[in-house]
Amino acid sequence: MTQSHTGQAVARPEGLQGIVADWSSDQRAFKKVPWGKAMMWIFLLSDTFIFSCFLLSYMTVRMSTTVPWPNPSEIFALSFGGAPIPLILIAIMTFILISSSGTMVLAVNYGYRKDRVRTMTFMLITAALGATFVGMQAFEWTKLIVDEGVRPWGNPFGAAQFGSSFFMITGFHGFHVSVGVLFLILIARKVWRGEFDNEARGFFTSRKGNYEIVETMGLYWHFVDLVWVFIFALFYLW
Amino acid sequence: MANAEAQAAKGHVEGQQHPLGIYLKIWAWLFVLSTFSYLVDYFHLEGYLRWTLILTFMFMKAGLIIAVFMHMWWERLALVYAIGLPTILLMVFIFLMTHEADNTFLIRGLFFAAGT
Repeated sequence: MTQSHTGQAVARPEGLQGIVADWSSDQRAFKKVPWGKAMMWIFLLSDTFIFSCFLLSYMTVRMSTTVPWPNPSEIFALSFGGAPIPLILIAIMTFILISSSGTMVLAVNYGYRKDRVRTMTFMLITAALGATFVGMQAFEWTKLIVDEGVRPWGNPFGAAQFGSSFFMITGFHGFHVSVGVLFLILIARKVWRGEFDNEARGFFTSRKGNYEIVETMGLYWHFVDLVWVFIFALFYLW
Repeated sequence: MANAEAQAAKGHVEGQQHPLGIYLKIWAWLFVLSTFSYLVDYFHLEGYLRWTLILTFMFMKAGLIIAVFMHMWWERLALVYAIGLPTILLMVFIFLMTHEADNTFLIRGLFFAAGT
């Protein structure tokens, strides 16, 4: 927040004038945003382009192949004793990831209220849901590789590009989730130790600890959920 | 905006703080929309109906996550545009690659058929 030297808040212009005022001033451009959060957004923008490149190359090979594309609805079907239910595993994974986004947003909220215990609890629930997601993905990969013989260079169902697209896209996403789980546990530990309440300095940045990092962490986690929305629609449902 | 201003006016907090209710509502909506997009597959809807529904639900979910969960709705426009505008470039990329893919498909049809 901008402050005059008398310590009082100065109202900033809104809308398009606000953009010009924020960017043209010889000061930080992103007002009311902690630097870590602005940097996280810029990282997420670059990550958006990485995932877009994966999804676009998937789109390109799928559109250009003359061999029929395998039907994901049947390949990812799972039977619980009875007839196979189409895509059910992926649906469950989707709901788990959405739930983890919900618990993360609660953690952010309780963080700003400086509710140490609830923040930590919801972050750990988020991490547990994320780990469950990765576990189900490992199960899915095992089923595809071992039982059905899908390889990056070919598969028994149709177009060979199916395997390479699938492993690249879901693998990179799963890696993001795994890293997210690790970071969630690290930040939850900091919350538990009260490092954001007594502003302990981080060993890496030497900056004072602050609950804002929970929101920055949340941005990353929601982004992982966001990418899954696109993978779910474009890869599994298409 | 008004909410964020009110927060800022109070002073100390720079972060995004909003009532829990809105998060729970969006959470419920994401569940409903995910169920809908799953049902599209479950009922084997095909063709343009399938595409339209899948993309609609996808963009609605993405919009809700970005706007509310990631707080973009309450951020200043300087940040929203800095993050949002570059993604428009992706539209150009999609346009280029669809044409490239169509071209490859046609050539493959031509030469693979001639080869047999």
